[in-house]
Amino acid sequence: MLAFVLIAIVKVLVVFTAMLLIVAYMTLMERKVLGHMQVRFGPNRTGPFGLLQPIADGIKLFFKEDIIVPHANRLIYILAPSVMVITALVSFAVIPFGDSVTILGHKVDMVVADVNVGLLYLMAISSLGVYGLVMGGWASNNKYSLLGAIRSSAQMISYELSLGLSIIGVLMITGSLSTVKIVGAQSQVWFVVYQPLGFLIFLISAVAECSRTPFDLTECENELVAGYQTEYSSMKFALYYLAEYAHILVISSLAVTLFFGGWQGPFLPPLVWFLIKVFIFIFFFIWIRATFPRFRYDQLMKFGWKVLFPLSLLNIMITGIVMSVIG
Amino acid sequence: MMITDYLPIFIFLVVAVGFALVTIFLSSIIGKRKITPQKMIPYECGMDPIGQARKPFSVKFYIIAMLFIIFDIEAVFLYPWAVIFKELKIFGLVEMAIFIAILLVGFVYVWKKGALEWE
Repeated sequence: MLAFVLIAIVKVLVVFTAMLLIVAYMTLMERKVLGHMQVRFGPNRTGPFGLLQPIADGIKLFFKEDIIVPHANRLIYILAPSVMVITALVSFAVIPFGDSVTILGHKVDMVVADVNVGLLYLMAISSLGVYGLVMGGWASNNKYSLLGAIRSSAQMISYELSLGLSIIGVLMITGSLSTVKIVGAQSQVWFVVYQPLGFLIFLISAVAECSRTPFDLTECENELVAGYQTEYSSMKFALYYLAEYAHILVISSLAVTLFFGGWQGPFLPPLVWFLIKVFIFIFFFIWIRATFPRFRYDQLMKFGWKVLFPLSLLNIMITGIVMSVIG
Repeated sequence: MMITDYLPIFIFLVVAVGFALVTIFLSSIIGKRKITPQKMIPYECGMDPIGQARKPFSVKFYIIAMLFIIFDIEAVFLYPWAVIFKELKIFGLVEMAIFIAILLVGFVYVWKKGALEWE
């Protein structure tokens, strides 16, 4: 029991630190990739190739003035970014990032917690992030914040529906909600082969869930200033961004786990494969941002409800029929 | 065994909460404060704020939230069904097809009533 607790603590600390590092360097990666796609260099002054940029940004944000506006609802105003960042980080706990290894006679699974309802846990926790956003937008007592929060909560719950329905095909094939079992079931064929439509719906909904371009009506700089974050400054502002990038990381890992065989792959160690696949997805997110203009709000909601939702139900039915016919 | 499965998640939660609180606390003591009246008014592109922020907003959003609850419960129903789909076989498929068909009637009604239109 003691060994189990110790292993759990070490795993949590390692995963947590790794997540923060990856999230910090995702910001650099985004700026670099965007820069090169727009024929610029991106940050290149702090350290070699701008590698120290995230650290410099972090220190700068710590020393920024922490404004708590008097018209805000103080407690909720302070709690909101923490709710957002906690839910985004904690939802990573069920993502398997490697095969189990034996260290000093103890079998260690390369996943923080292998619970039998892993996928349900992930969906439940990550959808709690909407609270952070609504709380922040409402507590700020600012028109832009409130509008941004309402818009984005409506957007997120609409796309959460198709996100939740798109992964049901995978569940039907595996017959388990455990993420470890889902990865294990893909040792022969990746589920993207069986679930192309499901994957497509998942991908689009995932981009919308993370409020990324072309679905970034949450922030929408030129209409809503910065949406729900308008009144935030210093590290509270940074926590919102941290949560956003952590969410991208979690969604990318989920996509890899559900549709691309998780950590499995030839020759290279499992962890390396996992990171390669996740970073391909993160790159894809940035690539979309550099390519597409923003949706209009009515188009966004119509697309979510009238296209993605019926399509995801269709996907479930097709999967069911095909599985019944094949046996 | 079931509860201990969740122990790592609990530890993860504690670490995440600690991280968030420490970050907010540190930034509130490190950053220097210089309060000016202009900083303390709601941001409205530099103009003096007009009226209250907490005004009624479009009822559309409320309808979307209600529809979400209805159809998300459907999704939650589908999860356990999907997990044991292989055992239920054709019976499960027909049964779920009827269930989804009933909900689709509601969906078509909502669509035709124009609840999904944004004008």
